[in-house]
Amino acid sequence: MSTIDKAAGGVGNFADDTVGASKIVNGFARKIFPDHWSFMLGEITLYSFVILLFTGTFLTFFYEPSAAHTVYNGDYAPLAGQGVSEAYASSLRISFDVRGGLIMRQVHHWAALIFVAATVVHMIRVFFTGAFRKPREINWVIGLVLALLAVFEGFTGYSLPDDLLSGTGIRIAQAIILSVPVVGSYISFFLFGGEYPGEDFIPRFFTIHILLLPAVMLGLIVVHLALVVIHKHTQYPGPGRTEDNVVGFPLFPVYMAKAGGFFFIVFGVIALIAGLVQINPIWAYGPYDPSPVTAGSQPDWYMGWLDGAVRITPGWWEFTLFGFTFSMNIFIPTTALILFVMAAGALYPWIEQAATGDRREHHLLDRPRNAPTRTGLGVMALTFYVLLWISGGNDVIAHMVGLSINDITRFMRVAVFVLPALAFVVTKRICLGLQRKDREKALHGRETGRIVRLPHGEFIEVHAPLSEAERWVLVQHDANRPMDVEDRLDAGNPNSLYGKVQRRLSRFYFEDRVEPVTPAELAAAHHGHDTEIESQEHASIEEKQGDAAIATSQKYHG
Amino acid sequence: MSEIERADEAHGQGSTALAKSGSGVPERFENPGLPPHRHRMGDVDPQAAKRAERQVAFMLLLSVLGSIGIIVSIIGIEYNGGWDRISTSTRAIGLCMFVSLFMLGVGAVHWAKTLMPDDERIDYRHRQRGTTAEREQAVAILKEGSAEAGLGRRPLIRNTLIGALALFPLPAVFFFRDTGPLPGNSLSVTMWEEGTYLVKDPTGGRIRAADLTYGTVVHVMPEGIDELEEPLNEKAKSAVLLMRLDEDLLTPKSAEWGVDGTVAYSKICTHMGCPVALYEQQTHHLLCPCHQSTFDVTQDCKVIFGPANRPLPQLPIRVDAEGYLQASSGFHEAVGPSFWERG
Ligand code: HEM
Ligand code: FES
Repeated sequence: MSTIDKAAGGVGNFADDTVGASKIVNGFARKIFPDHWSFMLGEITLYSFVILLFTGTFLTFFYEPSAAHTVYNGDYAPLAGQGVSEAYASSLRISFDVRGGLIMRQVHHWAALIFVAATVVHMIRVFFTGAFRKPREINWVIGLVLALLAVFEGFTGYSLPDDLLSGTGIRIAQAIILSVPVVGSYISFFLFGGEYPGEDFIPRFFTIHILLLPAVMLGLIVVHLALVVIHKHTQYPGPGRTEDNVVGFPLFPVYMAKAGGFFFIVFGVIALIAGLVQINPIWAYGPYDPSPVTAGSQPDWYMGWLDGAVRITPGWWEFTLFGFTFSMNIFIPTTALILFVMAAGALYPWIEQAATGDRREHHLLDRPRNAPTRTGLGVMALTFYVLLWISGGNDVIAHMVGLSINDITRFMRVAVFVLPALAFVVTKRICLGLQRKDREKALHGRETGRIVRLPHGEFIEVHAPLSEAERWVLVQHDANRPMDVEDRLDAGNPNSLYGKVQRRLSRFYFEDRVEPVTPAELAAAHHGHDTEIESQEHASIEEKQGDAAIATSQKYHG
Repeated sequence: MSEIERADEAHGQGSTALAKSGSGVPERFENPGLPPHRHRMGDVDPQAAKRAERQVAFMLLLSVLGSIGIIVSIIGIEYNGGWDRISTSTRAIGLCMFVSLFMLGVGAVHWAKTLMPDDERIDYRHRQRGTTAEREQAVAILKEGSAEAGLGRRPLIRNTLIGALALFPLPAVFFFRDTGPLPGNSLSVTMWEEGTYLVKDPTGGRIRAADLTYGTVVHVMPEGIDELEEPLNEKAKSAVLLMRLDEDLLTPKSAEWGVDGTVAYSKICTHMGCPVALYEQQTHHLLCPCHQSTFDVTQDCKVIFGPANRPLPQLPIRVDAEGYLQASSGFHEAVGPSFWERG
């Protein structure tokens, strides 16, 4: 036995004696994880969170969470002798006097931006592939809560350096709080320890930023990951992949090397960006003061959509009634919008379950085209989001394209409702089109781009046959159909309100659909054409069969 | 065999139930099973494997160099003494961190991809939901337990328990009572009152009405604001803009509250409280940089565009015996963003 083996044996023996390590190794070391680039999005989220914990802890060693007045006498000449807060002075000290301080601040800020971005893109992946379906509904909700907390965490962090931009952000946050009916002024006074801005918000935001939110998020992340292990990761459909297995690489050693390596890749790339690209140069903004101008100030990107919503809401939404002010021009595009988005997102898995009547577990992901209505709704939501975000830069855009801000704002007021609806319709059409193409391909093979001339003069394209494995990807999915009354065995009385809503929903989701090719259809398509050359005429046959498939109503329960 | 099997052994293990229709043609296609494993270069060619090994080692070596580079950059580059040094140090540390971390990561991934087994394995799933027997057993246990607790038989305990549990978190809210004072009327009042002098922000001198030319705009604070204990709180409410226009352009009320066409309006946006500070001389419009609310000074600062709803409140001003501007009263309404009790 080599010394290394002996040492490892000793450590292993101790670990087993004390914590039962052998059982842990037996249970986890060879767990299988499927491989796909889109599964790395969640990893980026996790790793940037870890990076935030590292760099944030470093920052706490030098940052002074205090609004107390001091005179800046550090290394940055233009501000020398100016009265500033301790928080601002210490943030400057981190940047100018602490070795490696600036890069730590910049890694922290870039990691924050990437963290929120990765969270959102990860959520988009989960949505479009249907990974939120049973049994993962709870993890979807946990993810949503994490996304919201990430935004709050980013906002409180942005406020800490107490520079002019962070102060502007807080001013707006305070106005959002004031607009809450009935209790707004009280919440504002309790949060800020009195009048805005006061001196309490810095130490309070600090505790929220470095203790409260990170602790809650860490707890939720642990549960999130534990559920991933318990459920086992979803996988994309493909030959050999079923609802009952998971195909991939074992945790130890392959996945550990890949995922562990990926952590360092993410960290390295963030360090590179942070080393080369400046972010939040607080010295250039100056200390916070509520009265100077802050033209062209933009919040961090994840706040942009709310800023946009606020910008395009007309002022007359505010009114007074019974001697009280209803600031709906602020409350609706901020607090109410966030609550609506969270509620709609959190309920979505159950909305879709109501439409499908499907209570089965799903471990095979959907190809987005195979769920046209869901994909359409997702693109609709994204369009809405992007339009709000664009509205948040209406001044910048006006400047760039040479239109008046007023025209752009008026256009956006209409566009945020019309374009998402349009995006829904178009996306759904595209999905159905792609599904038809899949049918075509499954029935007649792959287009080769090779044109041949038949003896009687007709030109046709040569189609190459698909392998069984290639075809499987195109035909493996279930076809959902609108529910009939008698299908709703699980939901009690079909004439109840819920029953009616459920049937409506189901029709909305599955009225328009293209079903996967069945073996019978494939046999019929090949009937009399056992050559590998398939000609255009088959389109018509396929069309008829397609109609037949769509017309038959089949009973379908979960 | 353990739960994990070699993919090849499970090869051909097809999809779930296949309903056969009468004709013998299945209704659904059958899962063709995992395709056979294709070997990589390194799996069959020892030379290729050796090459991959050297590549991994090279990447890890680069990472070592990067780590040393970080230390050298921190210790070796003088940090204090100007932006150039800081910027050089930051770039050097960033680049070395990149080499150190990225190469370590890429090395590990390359190792996994080229040299560790790349044949896919299979793990089996179990339904989250218990079997019928398991579920029945669980229900039976719960029933037995609650029978032992006797909650059903003792409604008095059940109801008081619900009450106690519902109420115990409530006091927590009251612990927050001293996080701040009650708002009172502080959202509605500022330090402006009759006789408060207008002073320039930030230089602080009083303003003589006669010195203002047409088209000027002056940023103004109430005199004495810097002596306050928390001047920022007052600045967030009391900031004022002073503009001089041709008196005929103003509304009668606006002109009356001003001095010879010089008028003072709150600088705090009635939307969300940003300082409204972009004044267009030709149109006499005030623009808020935050969400572009636009106020027309010739219409008593009415909102003519954007998400704000209320005009900027006007501060009535007059001149003292020596011609200096002072407030002839405080604001007649609350300044800044709306709030519930504002009315
Ligand atoms: C998990 C998500 C987190 C996000 C999104 C986030 C975001 C931010 C942002 C945007 C800033 C402003 C940075 C700047 O430009 O100076 C900031 C500052 C700060 N963060 Fe975080 N942060 C997170 C976690 C943490 C953690 C876990 C800690 C400590 C344990 C921490 C400690 C700090 C400190 C001390 C500052 C002030 C630094 C300065 O002003 O220079 N953060 N954070
Ligand atoms: S704060 Fe002035 S427009 Fe919003």
